Amino acid sequence: MDIDLQPLWLTFKLASITTVCLLVIGLPLAALLAQSRSRFKSVIEALVSLPLVLPPSVLGFYLLLALSPAHGFGGWLQSWFNIRLIFTFPGLVIGSVIYSLPFMVHPIQGGLEALPESLQHASWTLGRSNFDTFFKVLLPNIRPALLTGIVLTFAHTLGEFGLVLMIGGSLPGVTKVASIAIYNEAEALNFHAAHVYSAVLLVVSFSILLLVYIINKQLVKNRLAL
Amino acid sequence: MIRINICKKLNLADGVSQLVVDAELSLQKITALYGPSGAGKTSLLKIIAGLMQPEDGFIEVNGEVWLDTSRGINLPPQKRNIGFVFQDYALFPNMTVRQNLLYASRKNIDEQLIEHLLKLTGLVAFVNHKPATLSGGQKQRAALARALVRKPALLLMDEPLSALDNETRLLLQQELLQLHSEYKFSALLVSHDVAEVYHLADYMLSIDKGKILKTGKPAEVFGLIESEDQIRLFGQVVSVDGDWMTVIVDQRLFRLKCVTGLKVGDRVSLGFGDAGKIL
Repeated sequence: MDIDLQPLWLTFKLASITTVCLLVIGLPLAALLAQSRSRFKSVIEALVSLPLVLPPSVLGFYLLLALSPAHGFGGWLQSWFNIRLIFTFPGLVIGSVIYSLPFMVHPIQGGLEALPESLQHASWTLGRSNFDTFFKVLLPNIRPALLTGIVLTFAHTLGEFGLVLMIGGSLPGVTKVASIAIYNEAEALNFHAAHVYSAVLLVVSFSILLLVYIINKQLVKNRLAL
Repeated sequence: MIRINICKKLNLADGVSQLVVDAELSLQKITALYGPSGAGKTSLLKIIAGLMQPEDGFIEVNGEVWLDTSRGINLPPQKRNIGFVFQDYALFPNMTVRQNLLYASRKNIDEQLIEHLLKLTGLVAFVNHKPATLSGGQKQRAALARALVRKPALLLMDEPLSALDNETRLLLQQELLQLHSEYKFSALLVSHDVAEVYHLADYMLSIDKGKILKTGKPAEVFGLIESEDQIRLFGQVVSVDGDWMTVIVDQRLFRLKCVTGLKVGDRVSLGFGDAGKIL
């Protein structure tokens, strides 16, 4: 029996793009939270962590309302820019970015907060800018945390289901990712295809997690020994 | 001349206090900032470096105003020409010793200066080592060399030798004096070690609970005693055995005649009588 590989390809494409987007958004956000002493910090932290506890369908429901052309923001996007995000791949990316935000922000924020403040201070007193300090001193010294953030974000996006179903539906080649395909195939009693998709996700997820633990162990060892 | 006049509310060891410092430091001299833990020494250093903001203050180094809250002047740490040696050294773990020094260089890298500093600090053999593989003394030397790469107008040192063993500390004090005689930097050294202050500093500020108590040369501030009669040793009773007791003084044990009423744990002061006999 032929297996449609498109859902798998779409899943990896979504996970990759989400990870890159979250790296761009998550790095400054994590740096800001690690530095901040503002009283609003807790509010931002709670918002970032919300996807950890909220059922994906709740997040999906609100995103569906927000992005739908029948409502404010979605309508504005449609009328001004002729952009429709609901049931599209870019819409999925936006949903995934919000859904996986804590998986990128938490490890990086934790890594930055664990660094001694004196490293940053030393860099400043040596005349270096905040930009240099962040990219040449702070980031290289939280490599294990950075790697954890990247891999967890990627792996978490691979496993998305509820949110994708709510805002993406199950359009083949557009929004039908592997997790949705498994559900569809199982519902149609097509267990062979469901098995293949499930096995691929299981093996890939386990492998990348194993890899990250091995690399992190090595990085910590190198940091101590070299 | 370096003028410092600052006022800052601090959360010190024993509650909220005000750090009030009004001092003038000489150029090209080592000034010690002496006081107990929680006196506000590190805070003062951070304020001078621009790492902490005082409510009111004025700092001028060599004619250049770094901070003047009344005129809204507050240079960031990057614009203040300082070297800072941190208590934990703050060497960048991802860089080798040489990379740490190169990072401190501005656009024009002075290779000669870097080589010279590495040689003076005995780090030539370790240039490609990362900080984690260096001993405490080597880390200290690397941190000092890195702080000097920028030829700072003011070198700030926060208890730089406190984590080292006695032998290494003495060696490094000597090296610091050598570096100072060569580069003639102005320095402010935080220390709570009387011997260190006396050995290194030309001038000192004694500080406690956020206030300057005394200023002057170390011999004046500490009150140099020039009479042998007044030499006293302080020890602690570690055991009492009938008429005899054992007292520990500077990690050495002495067996002495017991004085009535003394018990284990009591602190005793020992003076010298005729012919050096301990009383």
